[in-house]
Amino acid sequence: MTDILASVNYWVTIFLMVGGLYIIVAHGNMVKKLVGLGIFQTSVYLLFLSPGKILGGTAPILAKEFELYSNPLPHVLILTAIVVGVATIALGMAFVVRIHEAYGTVEDDEVQELETDA
Amino acid sequence: MVAAVFGVIRAHNLFVVVMMGGIYSFLMATVMVALDAVDVAMTEAAVGAGMSTVLMLAVLGLVKTREAPLRHSPVIPLIVCLLTGGALIYGTIDLPPFGRADNPQNQHVAPYYLENAKKETGAPNVVTAVLASYRGYDTLGEVTVIFTGGIGVLVLLTAVRRRGEGDATMMRDTIILRVVVKLLLPVILLFALYVQFHGDYGPGGGFQAGVAAAAAIILYGMIFGVMAARAVVPQRVVHTLIPLGVLIFAGTGVAGLLLDANYLDYSPLGSSQKAGQHLGILIVEAGVFVTVASTMLAIFYAFGGRAEDALADDETDKPDDWRRE
Repeated sequence: MTDILASVNYWVTIFLMVGGLYIIVAHGNMVKKLVGLGIFQTSVYLLFLSPGKILGGTAPILAKEFELYSNPLPHVLILTAIVVGVATIALGMAFVVRIHEAYGTVEDDEVQELETDA
Repeated sequence: MVAAVFGVIRAHNLFVVVMMGGIYSFLMATVMVALDAVDVAMTEAAVGAGMSTVLMLAVLGLVKTREAPLRHSPVIPLIVCLLTGGALIYGTIDLPPFGRADNPQNQHVAPYYLENAKKETGAPNVVTAVLASYRGYDTLGEVTVIFTGGIGVLVLLTAVRRRGEGDATMMRDTIILRVVVKLLLPVILLFALYVQFHGDYGPGGGFQAGVAAAAAIILYGMIFGVMAARAVVPQRVVHTLIPLGVLIFAGTGVAGLLLDANYLDYSPLGSSQKAGQHLGILIVEAGVFVTVASTMLAIFYAFGGRAEDALADDETDKPDDWRRE
């Protein structure tokens, strides 16, 4: 039983990743695609953070009372990744706004149709 | 969290999608606390649940809020995704089990950081020490990416001013909100400063504080209108501050070079190695704070400003331009 539960964190990660991927691939609305991209991104955060957790450990802020700390390195990497993530999402949103101004829609099928008609 | 993901997949109203995304981020932040990543959780709560949601709502003010029904059958994407997921789950069989201290990823540099961070940098929060000192190059790179992202948004949204169609309703006339925001504003700013300067000792640092400070101004802007927020923090100041933060960071590295050390080595800045590192971390975090806060504000101004322009255009009822043929 513990063997099965031992990698449950990866399964959650994979579920979120696949869910995000599905939203990006299957849906045509660009705002929704970006939300999917965000979910995909957070699954990567989880992929980095969950192996760094040590059972019985505590947050890596050194104090005399504690001996065992979780791995601080993934925290650093993901901390910056989150803020970079919002910057990329913002850039994507800016594109969405411009596409909406140019075509009057944010569905990629409709944009493609308008392109072929023109 | 799983339910929230299904909610995002199923919902067609984009407001629901965005709110689900916000709830999802908040849940993710609590999971991060459970995983001992307190610094990361703070960032995720502020950025994922706060900033992204506000940003997406601002965009929804500019575009249609309903998703068109799917035109293709979702079967092929579904199969592809399930296959990918299956392959990935098969791959987890060989991965090390959850939570053991003797897993390979917890053996390499992490114990070194945990043992030496306090001795070498004087900062008990190992995450801050690694972020600003040991892996300073990474962080400098990330700050530059944020800088580039902010510039990209500005280029896309402010170069040509055309009118968008949509109605952005700013909640300017609600007295309860106005009073509450005025009460909250100093508290949030104080909290941001605390997070900034306490980052060496507790969870926090330039990234979190930057987002929190930007959030305070954005909250003000949402209630009183973007113009009022621009009066508090003018756009020109924001645009100057974005590169200034990167320059502070990079300049600290150059200061190390001039004092006969490696780039981004802060040790010679103080009387002892520890004092120098401490000072270096503080300065670098200040650089991060400046860039992050001003980029977030610039992005908000860009999106929110558009929404207000659209609103103003509708109100004045100007003659139709070339777009409405």
